[in-house]
Amino acid sequence: MRTEIRLAAFGGQGIILSGVIMGEGAINDGKNAVQTQSYGPESRGGAAKSEIIIADENIDYPMVVEADCLVALSQPGYDKYASEVKPGATVIIDSDLVETEKHPTAGSFYQLPFTKLADELGNRIVANIVMLGSVCAITGIVDKESLLEAVKANVPAKFLDLNVRAFTRGYEIGEQALA
Amino acid sequence: MAIEANRKEYLRRLGGKKYFILGDEACAYGAIYAGCDFFAGYPITPATEIAELIALELPKAGGICIQMEDELASIAAIIGAAWTGARTMTATSGPGFSLMQENIGYAIMTETPCVIVNVQRSGPSTGQATKPAQGDVMQARWGTHGDHDIIALAPHSAQECLDLMLDCFNLADIYRTPVILLMDGEIGHIRESVTMPELSTITHAERKLAQPAEDIFGGPELVPGITHYGEGANVHVTGSTHLANGMRDVATPEVHDVLLRRIYRKIADNREQIVRTELDKDTDGKAKIGVIAYGAASRPAHGAVGRARNNGNAVDFLRLITIWPFARTQVVEFCRDLDVLLVPEMNLGQISREIERFVNCRVVSVSKIGGVPHTVEEILTAIEEAV
Repeated sequence: MRTEIRLAAFGGQGIILSGVIMGEGAINDGKNAVQTQSYGPESRGGAAKSEIIIADENIDYPMVVEADCLVALSQPGYDKYASEVKPGATVIIDSDLVETEKHPTAGSFYQLPFTKLADELGNRIVANIVMLGSVCAITGIVDKESLLEAVKANVPAKFLDLNVRAFTRGYEIGEQALA
Repeated sequence: MAIEANRKEYLRRLGGKKYFILGDEACAYGAIYAGCDFFAGYPITPATEIAELIALELPKAGGICIQMEDELASIAAIIGAAWTGARTMTATSGPGFSLMQENIGYAIMTETPCVIVNVQRSGPSTGQATKPAQGDVMQARWGTHGDHDIIALAPHSAQECLDLMLDCFNLADIYRTPVILLMDGEIGHIRESVTMPELSTITHAERKLAQPAEDIFGGPELVPGITHYGEGANVHVTGSTHLANGMRDVATPEVHDVLLRRIYRKIADNREQIVRTELDKDTDGKAKIGVIAYGAASRPAHGAVGRARNNGNAVDFLRLITIWPFARTQVVEFCRDLDVLLVPEMNLGQISREIERFVNCRVVSVSKIGGVPHTVEEILTAIEEAV
């Protein structure tokens, strides 16, 4: 079984780290994972993309062909990749950053305020971790504990508590959205 | 030696661990396993992560890392350090690799063992600075002026970035030559599981030292022993044509002829010992279609071969691990019974044209540029069109 996840945003929103954490979470689950990325020359702004392939078998081709799950945190990211998903895919957008009514072919479509929730937690920079929590709750692609362990291993010790709260908050609203 | 003890202790702790890391980072660990003593470099996307990890980790293993003022200084530093007996390397990408060409020639002519990593990005010039490509294949072969041969290896996974660094350092010492690890931005920035080898599985080739009585810059054998600085003998190192004792002689035709033919032959005559490929023959043994690829392009290529076989087509697959010297024996053998050979590359057909020189079947370049790797579908379509 091979699952393809694509995260699309502007550079600086932290999705490359989100992808790294997701891949590491999958490895904590005992699966194979490959993470690839694409970004522009700018350190902030510009298009950024992070792709994660999770599989039980060896991963020959490391990139997304048609996403099982698309997460968009920017309008251009959504516009560019909205059509490149499998029929019935899970599509998740930041409701304050992407404007769209619905997705034409998605099996499930979620609009969640990741960036606003991060602001409420005190720092916009953890929007990527809020998003991870929600993706975890909604898709179940990676085990919650495995993913949280990977979050803890990849954020600065100084901000550990903030990131754990961000993940937990994201997981909560993901669960609520599913209900 | 204290340095060696530090390294062994460092690697003993690392052995058997499994990390989720970039190809670049795996390359850096590979250098430490390979006994790299000295790294000099200048940051550039997509190779910077090699220098970053080397800067953090190499000193713990007893080595030295210096950030130089530019790429010219970086390669000059590793050549100089190699002459003190150190195992040395630098890492860069296309623009930096261009700047290093003059001194790569100097390393060839002075027979200096060193390793140059080029994580290829889309060019020429600044091109698509953050996007991957395989456009430096011929630059690796012919980037510096004058007749020469070169060794270049191309990894296709993060694990292989580590594993091939060991080969690079060993080949550099065995043949007294610069060796190029020809990565690409896709493989440099791929993040996947990498298993750190056990220290007991690692072997380092011995750099042959000149005997005190010998001409210190090489006798008649293909690969002469080296005399390091500080070991008591007078050493003269020059990029100009020189005699076996190292002294300049740029006027005698025979001196240049003998020197350059030997430097060329030490790689060309050992091609079969150097070249490594990976073959995946179709099980029914009757394939008329084949695919040859390397580096990043080999992954969608291999995926497409698998899909084509599932669709009932017989297709053979060959991956080039050694790019230079060219695997002509293996490629000729692979193509002998084929009608069509497809060569997917992230350039405008650099290896495809090299293959055409040696084989009789039709060679189709499946080239892709623009900074995005081939998809499995694109290569599958090319295979099905060839059926």
